Amino acid sequence: MRIAGKGRIDRSKTVSFRFDGIQYQGFAGDTVASALLANGVRLMGRSFKYHRPRGVLTAGSEEPNALMTIGVGAGREPNVRATVQELYEGLEARSQNAFPSLNFDLLSVNDLASPFLSAGFYYKTFMWPRAFWEKLYEPAIRRAAGLGALSGEADQDRYEKAFAFCDLLIIGAGPAGLMAALVAAKSGADVILADEDAQMGGRLLADTETVDGQGGADWAASVLNELAGMDNVRLMTRTTVTGAYDQGTFGALERVSHHIARPDGRLPRETFWRIVAQRSILAAGALERPIAFRNNDRPGIMTAGAVRSYLNRWGVAPGKAVTVFANNDDAHRTALDLIAAGVHVTAVLDSRPDAQAQGDYRLIRGAQVCNSAGRKGLDAITYRTTSGEDKLATDCLAMSGGWNPTVHLTCHMNGRPEWNESMASFVPGKEAIPGMTVAGAASGRFTLHGCLTSGAEAARDALSDFGKTVADVTVPQADDTPYKVAPLWAVAGKGRAWLDFQNDVTVKDVKQAAIENFRSVEHMKRYTTQGMATDQGKNSNVAALAVLADATGRGIPETGTTTFRPPYTPVTLAALGAGSRGKGFAPERHTTSHAASVAMGAPMIEAGLWYRPSYFPRKGESNWRQSCDREVGHVRGAVGVCDVSTLGKIDIQGPDAAKLLDFAYTNVFSTLKVGRVRYGLMLREDGHVMDDGTTARLGETHFAMTTTTAAAGQVMRHLEFIAQVHHPEWDVRIMSVTEQWAQFAIAGPKSRDLVNGLVETPIDNDTWPFMACGPVRVAGIDARLFRISFSGEHAYELAVPAHYGDALFRVLVKRAEALEGGAYGMEALNVLRIEKGHITHSEIHGRTTAFDVGMERMISAKKDCIGKTMAAREGLIDDDRGQLVGLKPVGAIKKLTAGAHLYSESSEAVPANDQGYVTSVAFSPDFGHYIGLGFVRGGAARHGDRLRFVDALRGMDTVVEVCNPVFLDPEGGRARG
Amino acid sequence: MADALTLTATTPCYGLLPKTIGTCVLTETDLGALTSVAPYKQGAAGALKDAHGMDFPAPNRTTGKQGARAIWFGRDMALLAGPAPDAALAEHAALTDQTDAWACVTLSGDDAAAVLARLVPVDLSLAKFKRGHTARTQLGHLNASITRTGVDSFLILAFRSMAATLVHDLVTAMESLAARR
Amino acid sequence: MRLPCPICGDRDRREFYYQGAAVALSRPAPDADAAAWEDYVHLRENQPGDLDELWSHDAGCGAWLVVTRNTVTHAVSGAKLASEATR
Ligand SMILES: [Zn+2]
Repeated sequence: MRIAGKGRIDRSKTVSFRFDGIQYQGFAGDTVASALLANGVRLMGRSFKYHRPRGVLTAGSEEPNALMTIGVGAGREPNVRATVQELYEGLEARSQNAFPSLNFDLLSVNDLASPFLSAGFYYKTFMWPRAFWEKLYEPAIRRAAGLGALSGEADQDRYEKAFAFCDLLIIGAGPAGLMAALVAAKSGADVILADEDAQMGGRLLADTETVDGQGGADWAASVLNELAGMDNVRLMTRTTVTGAYDQGTFGALERVSHHIARPDGRLPRETFWRIVAQRSILAAGALERPIAFRNNDRPGIMTAGAVRSYLNRWGVAPGKAVTVFANNDDAHRTALDLIAAGVHVTAVLDSRPDAQAQGDYRLIRGAQVCNSAGRKGLDAITYRTTSGEDKLATDCLAMSGGWNPTVHLTCHMNGRPEWNESMASFVPGKEAIPGMTVAGAASGRFTLHGCLTSGAEAARDALSDFGKTVADVTVPQADDTPYKVAPLWAVAGKGRAWLDFQNDVTVKDVKQAAIENFRSVEHMKRYTTQGMATDQGKNSNVAALAVLADATGRGIPETGTTTFRPPYTPVTLAALGAGSRGKGFAPERHTTSHAASVAMGAPMIEAGLWYRPSYFPRKGESNWRQSCDREVGHVRGAVGVCDVSTLGKIDIQGPDAAKLLDFAYTNVFSTLKVGRVRYGLMLREDGHVMDDGTTARLGETHFAMTTTTAAAGQVMRHLEFIAQVHHPEWDVRIMSVTEQWAQFAIAGPKSRDLVNGLVETPIDNDTWPFMACGPVRVAGIDARLFRISFSGEHAYELAVPAHYGDALFRVLVKRAEALEGGAYGMEALNVLRIEKGHITHSEIHGRTTAFDVGMERMISAKKDCIGKTMAAREGLIDDDRGQLVGLKPVGAIKKLTAGAHLYSESSEAVPANDQGYVTSVAFSPDFGHYIGLGFVRGGAARHGDRLRFVDALRGMDTVVEVCNPVFLDPEGGRARG
Repeated sequence: MADALTLTATTPCYGLLPKTIGTCVLTETDLGALTSVAPYKQGAAGALKDAHGMDFPAPNRTTGKQGARAIWFGRDMALLAGPAPDAALAEHAALTDQTDAWACVTLSGDDAAAVLARLVPVDLSLAKFKRGHTARTQLGHLNASITRTGVDSFLILAFRSMAATLVHDLVTAMESLAARR
Repeated sequence: MRLPCPICGDRDRREFYYQGAAVALSRPAPDADAAAWEDYVHLRENQPGDLDELWSHDAGCGAWLVVTRNTVTHAVSGAKLASEATR
């Protein structure tokens, strides 16, 4: 219920929302949790395993119980913590893990069966029969023990990534973070202050302590006002720093539009930030611990600090008669605040026999709560003192087992927190993250004065790194009464006492793990699943390991703690993958002929990042084979035009350019004459083929290399490697010009006719023989002409600056068509090259050598080159290696498929009998049947042999004949003609 | 003899730009001739100064002025933007025509730096990346050259073949910023 | 993770291509014995601690670098141009 005059909500703005279909009202500034509590709703969820009724436990992002599905339709989001979901008009919240309803959950029978569902139950029970696991057990368990479900539809919302940089990143905007930000910002440092909350201030918003005599929240507001006015400060609200990574890099999740009723469709839901900071201050505060006692999970039982948050920040009293149960002084403030607000406090039960009352309330010393009662919500508790047990009627229990510094980020780079006996908690290890200082409650400084002072100290420490003069900022006055606590982890007694609320792990489960010898904290965790829910043990880790320590007769430091890994709170996969969906998945590379090809109806296929036309359909053609066969015919009979701009093009210049090529290629290029082109083969240093292509000598010290489309980037990096790492003394420069030139193959008997219709000075076989190259002018533009052939025909490649690519392609196609030819695509290109036995990366796939592809004579004996020594290893020149061959079908099946394996005709198709495999196949319109390329053991000497062809994937078993890989024109007369 | 033939030039962002979204404007920019200048061992600083009156740019910097700029473009390399290169330079440096190789766009507006912060893993804040500063880095998945040309304007170069992706990525970020206004 | 490019300055790891231990700085002579080549091409010490590695600043200046990185902590203690590295 609301308390008049309390809270930092805007009571002038009411907000309507629905929970499980029922309409409620809250105020601007509410969370779903605070608004539901204000409406008297305590039951907010069902537990994971036992389906026990659960209410809200905390008031922050560590909430384990009040998980809901927010929104409707495709973008609905499951497992949202009601404690962080800001209210907006029309918000739809649904409870989870309850069937048919939250109030009447059929699967709560699991709770009655709990004696059988203890730790290790699944491991022990569902082992046998094995086949039942997938079919029966797992689906049933998944249905029964689950969290919220996704809609199953594609999420249409936007997510984005972003980068930020600063001198100093301050994580957490409570008193320590604000003080640090103030000092650093006034000293001129470039500061990012990030806080997961919608409002900055941390516990100052939830407590009534004063700073310099004014309310803590007011002080926070004035500091924030000052910071907001400074250019060197960036305030990032709703931004959780989720991970600390190498070299001062942090991950942070900003919730951009989760709080907006009808966000602009262009607004991302979340932004995942990578923040790079020279220094950082962790001021993430502390998290309060529950105490384990019988039935401590009943709705109405929450942490004492959360009760203060609901009261002071949201003006909500979570009960009419509140009882406090604690082992420390801090929780007494909950009683004081409630009384001041006019809420009845039944008693403060303090487990410490020497506890001191801090105000006018009933204090029962040496008391421990040992049970709770109530249907779907707390009615009463039972407590025990030395004089016996007694009952107390109460509808809200504010419990506190002390506070844990939020050490999580300090563990992300293998840092180990250290046990501090006096505050009974782990504190951050020293220098756990390079450049990070921990301040405030996160460092174990629990008083407000301590927070403010340590924040200022941390800022000064960071500033010393930037060489900035520290501004004179006085630390304001605040309470410095020491925090007193006496450990109490679990109240002794029968029944189930919860440690991990979200995964339903009890004290008994941890003790069971110890009995079964899972004594290591890491083993206990995995055996019981404690700490493995979405809260990652924030509420339960320390108590669970204290119980384990006790059960195994060890101290807490010896027992050790599990480590915290990123992210601090869950991060959606959509945020991590932001920007990489749809068009963002990978860049699209378009050639200059793209638009014209699409306009001609060509299906575009991906070749790496490039898009290339598969074929160019014409009227009357009903399948790709018809188009492809026709296009092959154009090249063999008239003239075809194909965009080959995707091949890598590299300009190599300088006095030592030829040396570089001689070292990179197996064959010699220093002897190549200006105006000529040579085919070259490149090896990796391990002797296998890296790539092939042609290189033209444009000038004495100027070469133009082409690479395959696939290896362009790799070859470029490789050449730079030679120039910078192997031979930095060579004077040579390398530049990619793939993008500069639009290059088109013009192939076929009529290719020279087409070329001569374009170039200003006509060419003939004498001026431009096979493998000639040089500058030409086309329509007043400087172009390059290469007489090279991938198809085996009389062919050219004409390159123009890319601005003119679109126009030239259209002209080439039109003129080729006039010569009874036309454009050809990737399918035809592949047929043409297979007919000629030309290799691509299907053949030079990383495991083949020059020897295998029949090019061992291309490794020059006159010079060294990359890969030469290793290529000469015995095993790489063995005659029994797979060697490139041609393949023709001679059995019943006339088709060939790539990927099939080859065996002797009489032998069984098993790996031990393997004779080779098929790498490329095509239907050859020139021969009227399928042809293929492949590798066969000792294949060069086996032309004419018949082999068994087995494609196990496609169920094919036939016979092929081994032949020369060059099917068409083995003498090469056509290309020279 | 060649028939009478004219080839019309098509720029990389033809049909894609300009775009105005929120506070930002994205336009295609004609920088004139682009030539990479990669000096040989003896250096080309003097030759560049003599031929085009500008210093060879230090890493991450540009020299010259609008219309005739030298943009640092990588290890020991500058991109001469504007004039056709003086032939005498070729003795001192490998000159390569890049005029058609790059999609050149200008992003300007109040949110320009914030838009690039969605895509570029380099600090482009005015305090650290001043007018005339340049960086070879990434923009989304693309390799790019980014130069600050004014308080709220940037010159961005990316591979020509990726112009559509460049525009797509920038427009998406521009929309995200516009929606925050 | 960030690497200090001697030319560009500190840059995000995504701009770099990783090659491995910087053994390439000492390529054996073509007629060196098989063991030397085997060492060079295939064998790596893989000791925890500081390691000289080759990285290419692919999306930046294009320089090949020798980066000294601690393989346990990822702390980077230096980077120089491969072209200027002692070999
Ligand atoms: Zn660099």
